[in-house]
Amino acid sequence: MSAGLRSSEAPSASSSAAPARIDVPPAASGLMLGPGKRYWKDRIIRQVLQLAALSSIIITTAIVAILLVESSTFFRQVSIWEFLTDTQWTPLFANSHYGILPLVAGTLVTTGVALAVALPVGTMTAIYLSEYAPFALREIIKPALELLSAVPTVVYGYFALLFVTPLLQKMWPDLPTFSMLSAGVVMGIMIIPYVSSLSEDAMRAVPMLLREGAYALGANKMITSIKVVYPSALSGIGAAYILGISRAIGETMIVAIAAGMKPTFTLNPAQPAATITAYIVQVSGGDQPHGSVGFKSIFAAGLVLFLMTLGFNILGHILRKRFREAY
Amino acid sequence: MIDTARLISRRKRQDMIFNVLGIACLSLGIVTLGALIFDLAADGMSRVNWQFLTSFVSRRASQAGVLSACVGSLLLMLVTVGLAVPMGVAAGVYLEEYSRRNWLTTIIEINIANLAGVPSIIYGLMALGVLVHTFHMGTTLLVGGITLALLILPIVIVATREALRAIPNGIREAAYALGATRWQVIKDHLLPYSAGGIATGTIIAMSRAIGETAPLVTIGVPTFIAFLPPAPFQSHFPFLTFKWLDSPFTVLPIQMYSWVSRPTADFQRNAAAAGLVLIIMTLSLNAAAIVIRYRLRKRIKW
Repeated sequence: MSAGLRSSEAPSASSSAAPARIDVPPAASGLMLGPGKRYWKDRIIRQVLQLAALSSIIITTAIVAILLVESSTFFRQVSIWEFLTDTQWTPLFANSHYGILPLVAGTLVTTGVALAVALPVGTMTAIYLSEYAPFALREIIKPALELLSAVPTVVYGYFALLFVTPLLQKMWPDLPTFSMLSAGVVMGIMIIPYVSSLSEDAMRAVPMLLREGAYALGANKMITSIKVVYPSALSGIGAAYILGISRAIGETMIVAIAAGMKPTFTLNPAQPAATITAYIVQVSGGDQPHGSVGFKSIFAAGLVLFLMTLGFNILGHILRKRFREAY
Repeated sequence: MIDTARLISRRKRQDMIFNVLGIACLSLGIVTLGALIFDLAADGMSRVNWQFLTSFVSRRASQAGVLSACVGSLLLMLVTVGLAVPMGVAAGVYLEEYSRRNWLTTIIEINIANLAGVPSIIYGLMALGVLVHTFHMGTTLLVGGITLALLILPIVIVATREALRAIPNGIREAAYALGATRWQVIKDHLLPYSAGGIATGTIIAMSRAIGETAPLVTIGVPTFIAFLPPAPFQSHFPFLTFKWLDSPFTVLPIQMYSWVSRPTADFQRNAAAAGLVLIIMTLSLNAAAIVIRYRLRKRIKW
């Protein structure tokens, strides 16, 4: 279909009615609006649509540019060495320290807790939905599970602070009001659908033959799931895990509400601490004057966050590509 | 000698335990969702009434309401969808119907996949740095709308492409055979047939945008707004104004966030009530998307 149209795009612009246009017979050109008009209209629309597609590149460029520009003025005042090694982050205090480590630690701990919940539960859910669940149940459960990721994160924050934390405090009375543990647990439940739905797709793409081979050797469903289906779908499942990780790193409102706002260098999940995202929300909500160090520091923190998620996104992209090529 | 019968029964028991474990994991998510809705309802139900929905924010918890936040959320969605859908559909149509496989297309595709994975707060930083401080646009409905539109753009693009890909090539070829240009094929055939899929994707994207808090906090959307943006209609010519685009605003999730942050139980009840309103909005949007998708699947048989 496109061969005829493409050849019409090839000739130079001035000769719109030239005999070189093989796709529209001369008789037809007199009958209709004229091929020239049709041709130009199509051409212009194509350019407009292409512009829309290119806008995504403009967005990325804008993101990277603003993060780099604002961070570079930040790093003119703060050495990169101090940024990466200082264990205190107090940009708004008189005695200011600019060490990103406490924020990174907070991000990693909450992410770790979330993954400790989401990966096992998400994987088991995916195995159940792909290997065990009857068709009707799956049709009902899948959309219901997707709703978990549709709930606004600020609502999850409320839930973590006022439902999960009191619940956990019944088990550990020492748990403070704000803790990375309860924020992480709720975040983990939120990302279950991200992990389970992509994992399930990967497992269902495993050819039936492999399962039948395992059954023929006397394996039950559990052994087949764990020893055959799971390893065969591993790159797809890996991509699902990485999607979950990158969601957890970038998650903001749950940790901002339930994990506390004070940057603390600790790896203990039962402590309150700020994450990178919580710091950004806290400071930008507090109306920092444009150009102040506090203002620039959120862009430096944002740059670190962007690089962390970018790394995981690229890894996930590579894994997904491999998963697509597998069968 | 191996006792086969015992071995088999052990394997069966093992399998059953694994099955139950699967159901338990599955239920964890569902039960949590139920607990969350129940908790919100238990805390906030008593506050969701006409007074709450039609009052402005107040320093007194019992008189506070979500009128400005609800109107702000709705207007913000209008701007967001109004920007994201034309751009996303255009980009999706270009990538699916016009573009050739070359390096530029590959870059655009990788880029869109990557944009979908960028944390929402980064979009907020971008909007803060570029729109608010470089272009001095202020924290208006337009800026908020642009921020969220960029955020949901990848979802709309992907939905458009999937909907277009589901249309069999025979439709396109038939139209070309009758002399249609590529644009005529898209406008008269592909877009109408893919409208349902695009609508589903857009609604899902809206349900994400309406609950989005972090990027809006980042661009500095205030919490205490005790007035409504100017009405989009006026009594004299040209009857429509766009002054409301320049108005400051607040939205439901931000209202809820500011109430959660207050330590008093009264305000936290308000937060629960705002959360209830918010979750009803997002869940009904999702339900609408599920219904559309279901009906589409039943109706279209190529």
